[in-house]
Amino acid sequence: MKKYWKSPEELSYGVNTSQEDKFELDHKNAVIDLFEKDIPEKATSRRSFLKLMGFSISAATVVASCKRPVQKAIPYLIKPEEITPGNASYYASTYYDGTEYGSILVKTRDGRPIKIEGNELSRISAGKISARIQASVLSLYDDVRYKTPMISGVDSDWGKTDVEIINKLSAINKEGGKIVLLSDTVISPGTIKVIDLFKEKYPSLEWIQYDPVSYSGMLVANNKSFGKQVIPDYHFDKADLIVSFSADFLGTWIAPVPFTRDYSKNRKLDNGKKKMSKHIQFESGLSLTGSSSDKRIPVKPSEGKVILGNIYNLLAEKAGAAKVNVPKSRIDINELVKDLEMHKGNSLVVSGANDANTQLLVNKINYLLGNYGKTIDLDKPLYLKKGLDADMDKLVSDMEQGKVSAILFYNANPLYNFRKKEKFEKSLDKVSLKVSLSTSPDETSLIADYICPDNHYLESWNDAEPRKGSFSLAQPTISPIFDTRQAQDSLLKWAGAGMDYHSFLEQTWKEYIFSLQEKIANPKEFWIHSLQDGVFDVSSSNETAIPPESIEIYGPVDIKPAGEGLDLVLYETVALGDGRNANNPWLQELPDPVSKACWDNYLNISPSFAEKNGLQNEDVVEIAGLKVPVFVQPGQAEGTVSLALGYGRDNTGKVANNVGVNAWPLVTLVDGAQQLSIEGVSVKKTGKKHSLALTQTHHSMEGRPIVRETSLEAYIKDPSSGNESHEEAERNKVTLYNEVKFDGHHWGMAIDLNACTSCGACIIACQAENNIPVIGKEEVKNRRIMHWIRIDRYYSDEPDQPMVLNQPVMCQHCDNAPCENVCPVSATMHSNEGLNQIAYNRCIGTKYCINNCPYRVRRFNWYKYVDNDKFDYNQNSDLGRLVLNPDVVVRERGVVEKCTFCTQRIQEKKLDAKLENRALRDGEIQPACVQTCPSEALVFGDLNDPESKVSRMFGSERNYHLLEELHTLPSVGYLTKVRNVKAEEINDAGHDKHA
Amino acid sequence: MYKTEVRGLLVEGGKTLGDVTRDVMAPLETRSPNWWRVVFGFASLMSIWGIYSIYITITQGIGTWGVNNTIGWGWAIINFVWWIGIGHAGTAFSIFLLVLRQKWRTSINRAAEAMTVVAVLCASIFPALHMGRIWNFYFIVPYPNTRGPLWVNFNSPLFWDFLAISAYLLISASFWYLGMIPDFASIRDKTTSKVKKAVYGFFSMGWLGSSKEWIRFEALAFVLGGIAAVLVVSVHSIVSTDFAVGVEPGWHTTIFPPYFVVGAIFSGFAMVMTLMIIIRKFYRFENYVTDSHLNAIARILVFVSLIMGTAYLTEIFLSWYSGNRYEMFTFFHNRITGEFTPQFWAMFISNALIPQLLWSKKLRSNITVLFIISIIINIGMWFERFNIVVTSLTKDFLPANWAPYHPSLIEVGIYVGTLGFFTLGVLLFFRYIPMIAISEIKGVMKFNKTKAD
Repeated sequence: MKKYWKSPEELSYGVNTSQEDKFELDHKNAVIDLFEKDIPEKATSRRSFLKLMGFSISAATVVASCKRPVQKAIPYLIKPEEITPGNASYYASTYYDGTEYGSILVKTRDGRPIKIEGNELSRISAGKISARIQASVLSLYDDVRYKTPMISGVDSDWGKTDVEIINKLSAINKEGGKIVLLSDTVISPGTIKVIDLFKEKYPSLEWIQYDPVSYSGMLVANNKSFGKQVIPDYHFDKADLIVSFSADFLGTWIAPVPFTRDYSKNRKLDNGKKKMSKHIQFESGLSLTGSSSDKRIPVKPSEGKVILGNIYNLLAEKAGAAKVNVPKSRIDINELVKDLEMHKGNSLVVSGANDANTQLLVNKINYLLGNYGKTIDLDKPLYLKKGLDADMDKLVSDMEQGKVSAILFYNANPLYNFRKKEKFEKSLDKVSLKVSLSTSPDETSLIADYICPDNHYLESWNDAEPRKGSFSLAQPTISPIFDTRQAQDSLLKWAGAGMDYHSFLEQTWKEYIFSLQEKIANPKEFWIHSLQDGVFDVSSSNETAIPPESIEIYGPVDIKPAGEGLDLVLYETVALGDGRNANNPWLQELPDPVSKACWDNYLNISPSFAEKNGLQNEDVVEIAGLKVPVFVQPGQAEGTVSLALGYGRDNTGKVANNVGVNAWPLVTLVDGAQQLSIEGVSVKKTGKKHSLALTQTHHSMEGRPIVRETSLEAYIKDPSSGNESHEEAERNKVTLYNEVKFDGHHWGMAIDLNACTSCGACIIACQAENNIPVIGKEEVKNRRIMHWIRIDRYYSDEPDQPMVLNQPVMCQHCDNAPCENVCPVSATMHSNEGLNQIAYNRCIGTKYCINNCPYRVRRFNWYKYVDNDKFDYNQNSDLGRLVLNPDVVVRERGVVEKCTFCTQRIQEKKLDAKLENRALRDGEIQPACVQTCPSEALVFGDLNDPESKVSRMFGSERNYHLLEELHTLPSVGYLTKVRNVKAEEINDAGHDKHA
Repeated sequence: MYKTEVRGLLVEGGKTLGDVTRDVMAPLETRSPNWWRVVFGFASLMSIWGIYSIYITITQGIGTWGVNNTIGWGWAIINFVWWIGIGHAGTAFSIFLLVLRQKWRTSINRAAEAMTVVAVLCASIFPALHMGRIWNFYFIVPYPNTRGPLWVNFNSPLFWDFLAISAYLLISASFWYLGMIPDFASIRDKTTSKVKKAVYGFFSMGWLGSSKEWIRFEALAFVLGGIAAVLVVSVHSIVSTDFAVGVEPGWHTTIFPPYFVVGAIFSGFAMVMTLMIIIRKFYRFENYVTDSHLNAIARILVFVSLIMGTAYLTEIFLSWYSGNRYEMFTFFHNRITGEFTPQFWAMFISNALIPQLLWSKKLRSNITVLFIISIIINIGMWFERFNIVVTSLTKDFLPANWAPYHPSLIEVGIYVGTLGFFTLGVLLFFRYIPMIAISEIKGVMKFNKTKAD
């Protein structure tokens, strides 16, 4: 036999000395050493047997007695092509819930949607989305959702449900009974086609679109003025003078996100711009729009109408048009009218009133000012609101008379938000078939005979046409979690169409929408292209809209003088809107941008009203049969109180149930339009208390240079006006230590206080991105809210007519951070890119850093917020936890956390750039807050790059750092707020007054 | 009997050496008195509440306290500093007077040292409990470890704190124990109970009382005393840096180290006074802890109170003189006036004004007045820490963050619990350890005799 050898030693001595063998042998010996060296050789002795047995039994006992949690990790047998574990996939889709539209990108990780981001290709939302859209991903994982179809409240299956419904519908159809489809505004061309198809099968179908917060008055007015029953598109960017009457266009009115984006374009003073729009707001309750305005005039709703009439008369006088009969307004408007005339064609007057007469006046004013075709676009109207209030009342009377045999509820919840819900409910008794297509339990679906649960929008196919000529598509990003079926599929099934909505939609697009363009020749390619982009815009050669030829001057109107009594104003909140998303804990815990309260609605009263009636915050009063706590809101107009809609839901889910009171029954109907302002109410003290959860309780800056502001006049003279203390702080900057240098990147953020409207989208974006827990009302009351970014709001001037200052505050990533040197275990430290970091694993929770952070941006995990029945929100269920971002660790009880500048996003983009062997581009990295900010007030970038946007903003004369006199050297800069007012209207002394 | 010019008799009542041993050992040998049992039961209840609160804190989290995003530290840190302050006096008393060869310390130092050890133990509960993750407490200990090794942050005052307190506790306990060795030997020799003989025999470490032993004993006492004297100053200086290193208005001042040390001595002496009045009353030790002893402590209190008043005024003056708007707000709008006016004036009046009554010899020799004032000082010193911790944190730089602070029942429970632990500790000390250093007081007497002859 041939001899093979590995080393000379082996060859000559027959000893195996090669490294591997030696290692192996040592290793083996080590194992055997545990017992006895010669076990393998020797016959087993009694001793060694007992030893081995003892060891193995005790080992087995120990192992067996430790209960290890069973965790299932099922790997892909066949890896889907588009999924790489650890990498996110993005799908373009569309959000529309009847109140708000957004073209979105859905970020999915390992097949589950975890975050909604804006689709930058959209011409409407342009990559920006609101807090509500950000939060919508959480509703997907709401375990209260309907899980199967139900017949009379009992779980059933689709086959049986379909058969029964089809039988009943056919029978009704045969008898000629009326079938009603009650939905909110439908902007989906595909869905409209489905409904048409349904109507072909059941010709007696009547389709009613019902908007709880309706724009009926505006639709009627535009029909009268222009023969078009539409809502025009508004160009706030083109308006140099904006006069708004109770239209909260930055918060809740029609399309707040696109409006905010446009509005802020003309409010920013980038690159030495010296011009900005002037915004005057007349309103009753202090809204987020009012708080952003240059001049806010608190008025009663009825008085707003009088002022509009006066403005119109002054304008009409000069134009020679017919005047209206209106009493003289107590507010001097001559100046305003002069201003308006100076801005003909670039001004904009809007009104939030749902009243055709008021809207007609507004139309006429805008017409006289030549704003149509310039700041108002009637050619490309918004389709976001189509409901007419009169239809609903007709439906109720039809039902009462027994004319309606079947009713289908699709995204409609009249038993919660219809003003006469009792009447509606009673009249439903005469309807033999009630079908609800609701996704999750609501007040209406509870009385339905059949519940055919709709998919969540992230599980659905759909399309939308929010504005004429602008289309977008929605595609499922996860297969239905429960046994639910898309509403359109249900309708198609019942119509006997024999195809699903996906193919129906594809077909519709190929047939109709494909022909609106010429770029792509192949319909299939067009479909795929559109699906990938998520949006499709009909390119029109003529971008500028054509002004209407003439306006039908609607006959003389009599405007009543403002009433003397107390007016109640109902409003939508930025977080909850009309209340359809009330079961979303993120939204419930989003502090109101103005009051900073969450988890409740409350009656806003003015400070003088409070004083007169001896009311204090949290005192419960009775108003129109409702018992609500009061909240003293500076800026609330005299003679008005206001109350938020969207609360007081029941049977909706553990989050929303019994939070606040339902104000919908207080809505009234005047001239066929639902009114959110009610005249002549009375407030009665009950002597009870109801606590409110406020995240900010002190409202004056105490004369400190925290939010710095100036007037446009002073700014034009000296761009650094209002920012004098910055120079002083720079001058006094002395240190014993060497200045910290960052060789590579130095991340920083600039915040333009002129652009921030305090809408709160950043807060929810951050919450979704960074797995921030919801802590509930009690803990918010204990001042322990976990949000990493907050918006501080200060008042100045008189409490009855305050100026509002907003300031987003997150970790300032100080280069000389007071928090870092006090941590005993070095859990928080500075990165070489200027980030202030926390190693959660290292943190022992002394909270010293919290105390030593002058900005108080650090958050402590006071309790275990995950898997704890005390905090029964999304992180307490397996389903709810699916929304967690796997790139961000879920923090343990007892550790400190805070804003990281989305370090996971920085890292991701850095790696991308490295793989592509290129330098990072400015603006490529966007923390979640920056990404979603509708006004683009937040800018993130590299301070070491002199060309980056953030560096340029840091170089601005308006730039300052919060508490810079402490020499913390923050990496966050703020640009002073400039108001378009005269220099004398900003007085520093005013800031000292308590609000 | 020895009679000094200043102090008068150190031991009154014509005691012989045998009387001393008998008197001091009486509480150890006889059945515990009824009041002792009642107080013991009461203190046990307090301790049970404390233990329950501690249990809730550890199992559920710091959320059970009243602290929040704005006020990270509340009662826990107030009580920590307060206890450390009380725990100061024992050592300060015993060691400074030892180094200064003040013989009158002999009848008091044992009790003072015992108080120190118990108070420091009570104090050390708080920093541990206020940690979010107490189970990772060992992260703060610097040793070569398998976690990297990861070292602690040597820049952090909390780390200095940890070192200072543990060193202080070790030295105080050693010093206390050392002093007890000869006394344990006396008990061992004297007692009839076999168990006691064995136990005290063990703790006396075979003490025979030879000259050699005495020489070494005294040398060691001086060495330890020398080290401890430094620690007395360092420990509270370092505790003060927890605040002084911070940026908060009202914290960031250089006066803090001396101000804290003096404050600690002040509260400690007040507590010694309280305790000595109780001991001499209930155990009839009036002959050992004489009126002249209390008089001496009272005079020290007057002096320290003046320093406290000066410190308070200096702080206020400097906040104005600095022109710093945040400091001025804290002192003038949040302490002297404003939300925390009662707490500020409670502190100022109890610490700077009321002790001035002791200038009067008449009041100084009234035991009841002394007792009440000593309690008032302890309450005042608690408010001093409240002012520092709470007023600065609730309203600091950004008004948007201003938040109220109310302690929760759990927080109060832990404080009551430590009061219970302290009482229990002191009661056990009364029962099982000679309250007065027998050997040392005999030394004073012997000295006296030779002189008198």
